[in-house]
Amino acid sequence: MPRAVPEVNAGSMADIAFLLLIFFLVTTTIDTDKGISIKLPPMPEENQPKNDIRIKERNVLQVLVNANDMLLVDGQPSDIKALKRLAKDFVDNPSKNPELSESPQKAIISLKNDRGTSYNIYIQVHNELKAAYNELRDARARMLYGRGMDQLPESRQNEIKDYYRQVISEAEPEG
Amino acid sequence: MKLKKKEKPTPAISTASLPDIVFMLLFFFMVTTVMRETDLKVKVVVPQATEIQKLEKKSLVSYIHIGVPTETYRAQFGTAPRIQLNDAFATPSMIAEFIDKERAARSEQEVPLLTTSIKADREVKMGIVTDVKQELRKANALKLNYSSSLRTEVY
Repeated sequence: MPRAVPEVNAGSMADIAFLLLIFFLVTTTIDTDKGISIKLPPMPEENQPKNDIRIKERNVLQVLVNANDMLLVDGQPSDIKALKRLAKDFVDNPSKNPELSESPQKAIISLKNDRGTSYNIYIQVHNELKAAYNELRDARARMLYGRGMDQLPESRQNEIKDYYRQVISEAEPEG
Repeated sequence: MKLKKKEKPTPAISTASLPDIVFMLLFFFMVTTVMRETDLKVKVVVPQATEIQKLEKKSLVSYIHIGVPTETYRAQFGTAPRIQLNDAFATPSMIAEFIDKERAARSEQEVPLLTTSIKADREVKMGIVTDVKQELRKANALKLNYSSSLRTEVY
């Protein structure tokens, strides 16, 4: 009389499979691409007349970066660590300084760099300017709605983004 | 009598766990398959920044790498920063063609959503990046992303 082969209990198989699945789900990191997004201005047309829109000097914040990665903000030597503060003051102008922008909507930040400027400092400048705008927007969101930008509905976010519209004009490269 | 009743034929092997085994295999392959990434021929350490955004759709991103050629290619290509498009070294003038190819590979509705991601080494100079930017403007590929990693300390 052959003995019956005992059945292997397969009830826990599913649990093991799920355990493995969860383990892999947790451990795999899908490396997402992150970075600073900008929009390039379209190339000027060949025969397009040079548009001479006069912009008041006070509404433009000039940021120059030379080949030695040194900053010049509105003619004053500056530092990357001070740039955010300067940009915020310039855009918002809470003290109504006649040298700084008339209103946040009119503010333009003009960026110019040398071919020898390092890419790192260029990114840092972009980053600080973006940070300045993000902080201003967040402050306004908190003032008006008592919540941060990320907790507002999209329509409200756009409203605030329109109020603090980030206009960065990059100089055409020479030569 | 009772003993005789217990006499059974050998039980069939249970197949209840077969689906699980199949699932396990499926997961194993899902996990181990790596999407083909372009072979990096240039050394790229992206700069760090705080105000970074995620790129939403990976399929709509085309990459331009800029950096110093890695050691294996240095004898041939020198140590000056170079541009890499797909798997080959390139000159700025080849970018327009590259963008055209990227566009041709997508459907018409997706073309305006295409983003170019510049993965440049933090050590490179702006000259080469400016050249790339100008070429992108000429090709009317205006959505741009400067690839950066997250920096935790704030100035």
